[in-house]
Amino acid sequence: MNFALPDDIKALQESARKFAREVMRPKAAHYDEKSEFPKDIIRQAAELGLMNMTLPAAHGGNELPHLAQAVIAEELAWGCAGMATSMIANDLALLPIVLGATAEQKDKFLKPFTESFKLASFCLTEPGAGSDVAGMRTTARREGDFYVVNGQKQWITNGEYADQYTLFCTTDSTRKHKGIMCLVIEGRPKGLTVGKHENKMGQRASNTVTLTFEDVKVPVANRIGNEGEGFLLAMATLDNSRPLTAMFSVGIARAAMEHAIDYAKQRQQFGKPIAEFQAIQFMIADMAADIEASRLLTYKSAWLLDDGQRNTLVSSYAKRFAADMAMKATTDAVQIYGGYGYSREYPVEKLMRDAKLIQIYEGTSQVQRLVIARELLKG
Amino acid sequence: MPLKILVTAKRVEDSESKIKVNPAGTGIVLEGLKFKINPFDEIAIEEALRLTAKHGGEVVVVSIGGKEVVEQLRSPALAMGANRAIWVNHVGPMDQLGIAACLQKICEKEKPDLCILGKQAIDDDQGQVGSYLAEALGWSQATFASKEESLESEAEKSKAPAIKLSADGKSVTVVREVDGGLQTIEATLPAVATTELRLNQPRYASLPGIMKAKTKPLEEVTPASLGVDMTPHITVVKMTHPPARKAGIKVADVPALMDKLKNEARAI
Ligand SMILES: Cc1cc2nc3c(=O)[nH]c(=O)nc-3n(C[C@H](O)[C@H](O)[C@H](O)COP(=O)(O)OP(=O)(O)OC[C@H]3O[C@@H](n4cnc5c(N)ncnc54)[C@H](O)[C@@H]3O)c2cc1C
Repeated sequence: MNFALPDDIKALQESARKFAREVMRPKAAHYDEKSEFPKDIIRQAAELGLMNMTLPAAHGGNELPHLAQAVIAEELAWGCAGMATSMIANDLALLPIVLGATAEQKDKFLKPFTESFKLASFCLTEPGAGSDVAGMRTTARREGDFYVVNGQKQWITNGEYADQYTLFCTTDSTRKHKGIMCLVIEGRPKGLTVGKHENKMGQRASNTVTLTFEDVKVPVANRIGNEGEGFLLAMATLDNSRPLTAMFSVGIARAAMEHAIDYAKQRQQFGKPIAEFQAIQFMIADMAADIEASRLLTYKSAWLLDDGQRNTLVSSYAKRFAADMAMKATTDAVQIYGGYGYSREYPVEKLMRDAKLIQIYEGTSQVQRLVIARELLKG
Repeated sequence: MPLKILVTAKRVEDSESKIKVNPAGTGIVLEGLKFKINPFDEIAIEEALRLTAKHGGEVVVVSIGGKEVVEQLRSPALAMGANRAIWVNHVGPMDQLGIAACLQKICEKEKPDLCILGKQAIDDDQGQVGSYLAEALGWSQATFASKEESLESEAEKSKAPAIKLSADGKSVTVVREVDGGLQTIEATLPAVATTELRLNQPRYASLPGIMKAKTKPLEEVTPASLGVDMTPHITVVKMTHPPARKAGIKVADVPALMDKLKNEARAI
């Protein structure tokens, strides 16, 4: 048992931290307010290798250990969670290909991401099917060497800018999860329409759109795995990405705590810094302990993957615990700032808005509890 | 003409950590401090990499200290792109003469065309090593290297080196920062240059760079193996914090403020 990060992971952490501090942070408020897509910053992150971290070395990728990815995710979210979501969206979209594609498909669909700056979107959620993935209604009808896709996807991160889409759809919606498969869509084929960018509460730098598919033709060769294997592929993908979203919570909460500490030491009421009031101290103490607990739980969920073990249970613990923790920590940070915390002139209300999303996407906090309970009660 | 460039990478306290003088007043409290590369050295490495990107050649990075300095040699120095590293393993007191003597011996063996060092290190701000080294080697020196273009300019964005190699490869042109302006000099090679903050914007160590740095050559030497006696000529006698700022005062009205600004602060 050893809690020390290896030297090379510490070096990666340092590099990501510097990028977050010098490039992401100074622009975070701007992109949040304008709800614009920080493509230049995302491009720089890609060039530094802070994106596409999962791609296998055999196909030109960096193939970082999951623990290293988690460590980097904390730093990116500390810089700006909205930007971080758009950066990690690539890994989320490419993971089904990493996990389920043939060598030939990997060369075709992964390698270009190692050669130049490209964005990808993971398209699972639909207007009528969020937590209930198996309820999806986007259909694919086989016609010769093609599938013809019809339907709609909702809340698709980076959808407006993506060069490639990883789409989950069904060949037979009555078969529920057994009918789902995964297709890769290159570029913008005819019949694919991108909706308008959502005006969101938080993480406003990340691009979020609806996608509409009307008789979109996709070659059968772009199917990852077999028909009916899509649901398991999506779940395996989420097992891999849950440590990263959990770490986003840690990054957001750490930012909130740092702001809260600085402010509490400097804000005077009743003739002394509010940091001297025990009520304030206890909020900060809880933040610190909860952040550390979330970080260690998440490291464990990443380590399990690096060790070749299934991490469904622990990564659900991590995502549930960390997401709820970040919501509380950021809410308390606003509390410590008092009225100033409620103002957009100060940094903490953004963190509170950003944290809320982690309780929702990639499986809500309720769904994490469902997964945990299912794992514990099965058999 | 390919250039061989020697650069330095000193491990210093991170300026973001809170520095405290120890109770005895003999040094600072090292416990809990974070460390990083001296930012001026990072600029030196960047400049060296730009020069070798343009002209070909090799960048060798040197650090002196205990085994912890290997961390800065690997990342950012090698991770940014330096080709190999030399670690002078030395634990214990040292001063600028000893450091310059180690670098001199390494230069005599490596025979670089150019050495680029930070103009100073942000920990002790001595600012001596570059000049000592040039003196010891009998090389020309170009201190406080800067550039005419701003750090937002196209020249900076294109990652062009600010130190310019002459067509015959025998000298470099260096723009120096002097009080209130810039001075352009030509220095014959071999030369020692020291860097100003405005010379360039160092690149970030990329993730593939960090992975590659793990396997780049790192040679370990000692002052003894270089034939250098590290006994310091300078010892730190005392360290103190800067005097604490006095609490502010409240003035009654604007005329009183104007009066204080004019007569006490002499700000207007
Ligand atoms: C900004 C943003 C970006 C996103 N990016 C992507 C993306 O890139 N790709 C993608 O595919 N999706 C994406 N999503 C979608 C996201 O994963 C879903 O919003 C999420 O899974 C929840 O689905 P839903 O919104 O339909 O909520 P619903 O499933 O309708 O849930 C509503 C509420 O009911 C609760 N609930 C639902 N079922 C149960 C149950 N069985 N037991 C108890 N409680 C339950 C939920 O926890 C929630 O509180 C994104 C969402 C947002 C907001």
